[in-house]
Amino acid sequence: MMNLNTTLLLLIPFLPLAGFVILGLWGRKIFKANAGWVGTLLMLASFLIAVYTAYEYFTHSSGGHYDKIVPINYTWLKFSSTLSINMGIMLDPISVMMIVVVTLVSLMVHIYSLGYMKGEERFPTYYAFLGLFTFSMLGLVLSSNLFQIYIFWELVGVSSFLLIGYYYDRPSAVAAAKKAFIVTRFADLGFLIGILILSYCAGTLDFTTMINTLTSPESSELKTSLTYSFLGVSALTWGAALVFIGGAGKSAMFPLHIWLPDAMEGPTPVSALIHAATMVVAGVFLVARLFPVFSFTTPGVLQVVGWVGAFSAGFAAIIACTQTDIKRVLAYSTMSQIGYMMFALGVSGMGGEEGAGYTASMFHLFTHAMFKALLFLGAGAVIHYVHSNDMKDMGGLRKYMPLTHLTFLVACLAIAGIPPFAGFFSKEAILHAAYQHNTIIYWIALLTSGLTAFYMFRLYFNIFWNKPHQAHGEKHGEGGFAMMLPLVLLGLGAIGAGFIPFGKFVSADGNPLHMETDIAFSVLPVSLGVAGILLAAWFYLKQNSRPDAVASGLNGFYKAAYHKFYIDEIYQFVTKKIIFNCIGRPAAWFDRNVVDGLINLAGSGTEAVSAGIKKMQSGKVQQYGMYFLVAALALAALFIYILK
Amino acid sequence: MNEFLTLMKSELLMTLLIFLLLFVKLGKGVKNETLLPLIQVLLLLNLIAGFFFNKTGNLFGDMYFTTPLMAFQKSLLNLAAYLISLLCSGWLKKTKHLPEFFMLMFSAMLGMFLLISSGNLLMFYLSLELATIPVAAMANFDLERKTSSEAAMKMILSSAFSSGILLFGISLLYGATGTIHFSQMAGLLDNSPLQILAFVFLFTAFAFKLSIVPFHLWTADVYEGSPIAATSFLSVISKGAIAFVFISTLYRVFGAMQDTWYIMLVILSIITMVIGNLFAIRQQNIKRFLAFSSIAQVGFILVGISEGGAAGLASVVYFVLIYIFSNLAAFGVASVISDHCGKENINDYKGLYKTNPFLSWMMALALFSLAGIPPTAGFFGKFFLLTAGGAKAEYWYITVAALNMIVSLYYYLRVVRAIFMDKNEQPIEKIGISPTVKMAFILCGTAIVCIGLFGKLYDYILSLI
Repeated sequence: MMNLNTTLLLLIPFLPLAGFVILGLWGRKIFKANAGWVGTLLMLASFLIAVYTAYEYFTHSSGGHYDKIVPINYTWLKFSSTLSINMGIMLDPISVMMIVVVTLVSLMVHIYSLGYMKGEERFPTYYAFLGLFTFSMLGLVLSSNLFQIYIFWELVGVSSFLLIGYYYDRPSAVAAAKKAFIVTRFADLGFLIGILILSYCAGTLDFTTMINTLTSPESSELKTSLTYSFLGVSALTWGAALVFIGGAGKSAMFPLHIWLPDAMEGPTPVSALIHAATMVVAGVFLVARLFPVFSFTTPGVLQVVGWVGAFSAGFAAIIACTQTDIKRVLAYSTMSQIGYMMFALGVSGMGGEEGAGYTASMFHLFTHAMFKALLFLGAGAVIHYVHSNDMKDMGGLRKYMPLTHLTFLVACLAIAGIPPFAGFFSKEAILHAAYQHNTIIYWIALLTSGLTAFYMFRLYFNIFWNKPHQAHGEKHGEGGFAMMLPLVLLGLGAIGAGFIPFGKFVSADGNPLHMETDIAFSVLPVSLGVAGILLAAWFYLKQNSRPDAVASGLNGFYKAAYHKFYIDEIYQFVTKKIIFNCIGRPAAWFDRNVVDGLINLAGSGTEAVSAGIKKMQSGKVQQYGMYFLVAALALAALFIYILK
Repeated sequence: MNEFLTLMKSELLMTLLIFLLLFVKLGKGVKNETLLPLIQVLLLLNLIAGFFFNKTGNLFGDMYFTTPLMAFQKSLLNLAAYLISLLCSGWLKKTKHLPEFFMLMFSAMLGMFLLISSGNLLMFYLSLELATIPVAAMANFDLERKTSSEAAMKMILSSAFSSGILLFGISLLYGATGTIHFSQMAGLLDNSPLQILAFVFLFTAFAFKLSIVPFHLWTADVYEGSPIAATSFLSVISKGAIAFVFISTLYRVFGAMQDTWYIMLVILSIITMVIGNLFAIRQQNIKRFLAFSSIAQVGFILVGISEGGAAGLASVVYFVLIYIFSNLAAFGVASVISDHCGKENINDYKGLYKTNPFLSWMMALALFSLAGIPPTAGFFGKFFLLTAGGAKAEYWYITVAALNMIVSLYYYLRVVRAIFMDKNEQPIEKIGISPTVKMAFILCGTAIVCIGLFGKLYDYILSLI
């Protein structure tokens, strides 16, 4: 039996929350520059407990099978004997994996920020927000029911809003925070409706019960809910699709991805935490959490998940090849990698070998968290040194930042899928799953992986090679120990994480899945990756005119990709021109003339009534008595004569 | 004898406190600085004692009876009394006749306890008077202020008038049923015109005490004129106690007339919410403002009461609990400010945040809770009231109530805006808050934030019924 203490479990999310409360209340007065240490130590404790929990959970399988367990389930609001809103903690392979990922990356970011954010005016506030975000994210992955996940989903949205808008005196940061908030909010509306539909169909909000009722063909709930339909599509399909829209918003899937590149306005460690390893994978996590429902009840929606994922992966990779802001390149690369995770789920089935895609997706989520956080933190170190986000200002930095250079190289190799780095194993697993279920998606994925290698090394060469050595002010380019330690630790993760026998722990049905690397199969993707790297080297190792020549050769396409295929402009056009003119203007007219008119009428009416009844409140007791008596008699008359 | 001691525990403790104060007064006289902490400790002990040995039983041939729910209701009133003694300690320390003030307060509470437990009309009437007359004296406690005397005068005259009609109703009821015992009366009601007339007259007494429109006219004048300690007592303890009695009288005694009082409650609750809100929008004086807003709150309580069953009862008790913390916190802030500089106008509160962030946050929290903004406790209180009221499936009724919540949002936020956003050349200067008061504020604040998240509490109240 597992030796899990519930108090200890609760400490995992509540220690970061304690950090938020303590630093929020007393950070600026008492802790000041020490605030970072408070947050970091609490986070460290949370991380250690999470690792311990994972150890306990994964060493106590029942014959290789991992059960879903709900050690804490507390009735929060009880509406009736069947319907209640609970707050609970659910442990299953993916949530246990996620708490490790979230606490690990958050801890790394906490440590890194000790150096990166040093001397910031609102340093304690920054750590308080980090604590709030980590708490929300942990609450999200540990949720035992849909309503709880929705609450934490929104909390994650709010705390990421606070973090993206941290530099609130910069208009661009404020705009970016607003954009991220509004776009994801728009998707969350779909999510909320989806939750309502699914919970109505299943008659419960609880994940375990919901999955059981909606996946067993005999259950009466499933039979009745299949009879509801809207626009020729069953209600359940609508529900699942709307839930996916919520997930797509948070995970920046096309066409709801537009907020992600702008969100890079936040401090770089924040990008590493939110936009690489945790919040953006919440959508993937959500689909995985409800995977049996998607797979069994609404396979059509799962197809959509697959195609949206594959398209986003390729689409983002093309844009990433043209961007010059290094954080934006990483943002598009994140979108592309999450596309991988999504389509891996889309091509997956439920049990045994069929479920390879599920395992691969979670595996990639895990390895991606390591190397993408590493990339962001490395980019942060570079930005810290160069004081610019643009790769034109960089180049030849390898001598001044040897450690950053080395770890960045490791991360690039990992994301490019070069063995034996972590990304190789997870990407192979995904490609393998795609190959067996959907050939078109497989080819898209394969080309994308070549592109990935190309744009990542374009980034790498542009930062560290390209130009002769260049010092930027100071002699030594690395940040302090606090900034180097996370780079090294995550670098080790990016090298070693791939060797974990992931299928043994995480699979769609809880039974172990044997994953093997097929060397013959790997030849093609790896050689494409190497080709991408060589191409990048040919273009960017030394400064030359080849990139410009190719860019002008591909004139139209290059421009379109450089402008992110004008998606932002389309949104602008739709919102500013169409919605504004066709809906906004008439609505404004209606509002001004009809609604305001009514309100003004109500206002002046209220005034008039108020002035009228003011006389009632004359201050004369004898009049009060008269009103009293009249009212009493009127009531009596009403009930005796009229409403007998 | 033993049973008498346990069943009447709350009343006996209250009597003990009254006598204790009497002896203090007769003796050499104790300084307020020593007496007040003593009273606070005694009130705390009294509050704690209220949670033990609660049983069901009756005494004196059905004149008095009690249940664990009633004991819980009395504990809520004790809690509110304790909070008032802490929050208003600034004013209390300054008052010349501290023992008398508490003696009056405890007498009124004794009346309320007996009222909650009364088993026949005689008990009911006597304890109602005991619960009212001392409060009028409390309203008069700012002896040097004319408005205070005016408030007391208005209160005593209005309630005398109300008592007259109540007595008329009681005598009609006795004439119609031939009994004054509630337990026997319940079976003898048949909706005859005479009984309806009697019931309406009885109803007006409750309506008067609860400030249901149009029986509310005394409220604003009395609230404004009285010292804040008396005002908060009136608006929280009196209202709570009468709401408890009202609901149990309606459900237990007049259950047969449910069709009549359901309609009556629907009509009066809508009028009460609307008029309360309309007046609250216009007020400038913070005490008058809180008076009208509390009238609107009573309208919401009526919505919950209209349900007529366990959910209605539980939601009202739950709401009163939350209302105690929220309203007392708001009155507490007003009290601290008024003690310090005598300012009671909402315009004076402009820019308060710059000088007194703690008070400002407390006020904001209290007003958010009163307005029912999630996730403060007030939201859950209103939520359960409206769910209870919605059980009859009269959705338009719940919609009207919800619309009134939105209107109330406007005027509560108006105060918050004045505190946080409006600029002021001469804001109220920084006020030092004593640790006792601060502790009480923190207690209220914690309760406002946490009660809603602690779902078991509502289940606990439901289990008492």
